[in-house]
Amino acid sequence: MSDAQTRIADLVKSNDVVLFMKGTALFPQCGFSSRAVAILDRLGTKYETVDVLQDPEIRGGIKDYSDWPTVPQLYVKGEFVGGSDIMMEMFESGELQQLLGAEA
Amino acid sequence: MPMPASEIERLIKASIPDAEITIRDLAGDGDHYAARVISSSFEGISRIKQHQAVYAALGGRVGGELHALQLETAVPQSETNQ
Repeated sequence: MSDAQTRIADLVKSNDVVLFMKGTALFPQCGFSSRAVAILDRLGTKYETVDVLQDPEIRGGIKDYSDWPTVPQLYVKGEFVGGSDIMMEMFESGELQQLLGAEA
Repeated sequence: MPMPASEIERLIKASIPDAEITIRDLAGDGDHYAARVISSSFEGISRIKQHQAVYAALGGRVGGELHALQLETAVPQSETNQ
């Protein structure tokens, strides 16, 4: 496992809800990241964010970590949930509330 | 780098032949698309895997050459995979 993969694994394991994104929750730097943050805020969930723009190693590594080509990426309890499209679908169907509510 | 919608459709069809594909050019700039892909091959597999199948069909362009692709996948007749 490369250094980046180890660091990502640590982040994912040590935070119940973590969003890898471009920018910060307060200042998202991309429409998709902005949408992901809006969904989490709407749910009132506590979450951590990792700004991949500040960390080239993680920015490159996160794509391999879950074999997923884009950012944002949401992880809950160590499991990859999806990008912003999947988050939106799960939000609309109530699945995301269930997933996040279950561990609050 | 702009990429025509027809090219996106062609690439998806090439690896998911039964796919029913609807593509919208969101900003009219050939760079921000929304695609809806319906295929029976998605039946019984997770959303993550469905999206990964489409990304694989696009051969590494998503996140690079193709910056913004909003993606929605489904199986025919709105069957769910739950």
